[in-house]
Amino acid sequence: MRITQGTFSYLPDLTDEQIGKQVEYALEQGWAVSLEYTDDPHPRNVYWEMWGMPMFDLRSATGVLEELRECRKAHPGCYIKLNAFDSTRGFETMRMSFMVHRPPVEARYRLRREEGPARLVRYTIERA
Amino acid sequence: MSESIDLKALLAESGVGEVLDELDRELVGLVPVKTRIREIASLLVVDKARAALGVEGAKPSLHMCFTGNPGTGKTTVAMRMATILHRLGHVRKGHLVAVTRDDLVGQYIGHTAPKTKDVLKRAMGGVLFIDEAYYLYRPENERDYGQEAIEILMQVMENQREDLVVIFAGYKSRMDTFFQSNPGLGSRVAHHIDFPDYSVEELQQIAGRMVTGLGLRLSGGAHEALGDYLRLRREQPNFANARSLRNALDRARLRQARRLLEAGRVDADMLMTIEAGDIRASRVFGAARDPAEEAAC
Repeated sequence: MRITQGTFSYLPDLTDEQIGKQVEYALEQGWAVSLEYTDDPHPRNVYWEMWGMPMFDLRSATGVLEELRECRKAHPGCYIKLNAFDSTRGFETMRMSFMVHRPPVEARYRLRREEGPARLVRYTIERA
Repeated sequence: MSESIDLKALLAESGVGEVLDELDRELVGLVPVKTRIREIASLLVVDKARAALGVEGAKPSLHMCFTGNPGTGKTTVAMRMATILHRLGHVRKGHLVAVTRDDLVGQYIGHTAPKTKDVLKRAMGGVLFIDEAYYLYRPENERDYGQEAIEILMQVMENQREDLVVIFAGYKSRMDTFFQSNPGLGSRVAHHIDFPDYSVEELQQIAGRMVTGLGLRLSGGAHEALGDYLRLRREQPNFANARSLRNALDRARLRQARRLLEAGRVDADMLMTIEAGDIRASRVFGAARDPAEEAAC
């Protein structure tokens, strides 16, 4: 199953050139870009591992792409996403976040049905 | 007949001519430096023309080394260089990141590489200016982390030739030893530019621009006094060209302020003028008058 998350989740995966352009846009807005990776892309897993520190004060996307290449080399079997953090007061949050790498074999999930008290039915997504 | 390209038009279109003219206008002296910068600009324009005609060549390596005594304008020129390279499309952003050893080298094992890489990432698309670069290499301590920073720098200078220009700066003699002990680095720096010391006349010219910038002016006597001051000061140790001049002018302003306050009533003209006395009160003249006293302290 192709897992999608975040901004551009409705689009096919971006090429490196397109990623570079998105990063340039984020940097123009004054956002700090960071990379995160995980082997557990469950939608409820918000704790992805950080790949180094967020990159502040960048002017060009070259450095980010270089880090991305290194992260891909180190974790080819993981999902990698790129976040752009806006520190403007009032936002102070991610303004953009999209996947930049997925493993050759994607993680599989299935829907589990659970019978609760009083015929209540609970659904949960779990790793297959 | 083959296709032709108007180089002059290409130069005008890039807007780099203005920066070069500005450089000529605003910076006093430094003839060898200006010549070299014009050469580099011409090379980039010609390369652009070649590219336009479909002749693809490798981008030239433009890593530079600025050597010269303190206060000869190395940082100022580096700043202009960033703009020129940007206008000619050699770097994509044209900002200048100025760093020294402290920004590159860490304090503990494993601290240096991330620090250096971070600085390099910030400089991508612009110019990285490493002031007093010879401090990176400390031969007396073989476990010094500076070597690690140098290695990372070399690697990036080689790989990302098109997106980053590194400028090393420092005193001539110490930079020479630095490159001798790091031959790999020396061979990756294509342009060694030497900044000559300013002559007294050039410094006086610079002084004129500095005081104008401060909204002041030098009286005729003060101009002469400044010439005498510079001739004496140049012979003394720790003379830092334009920087010493700026400091001297700052002290002259202090004396002028005190003089004006003592005078009580002033007019606009007095407020704006630095007199010969403000400069002649300097310690430098005292030392020259009384060499015995200088020897004593």
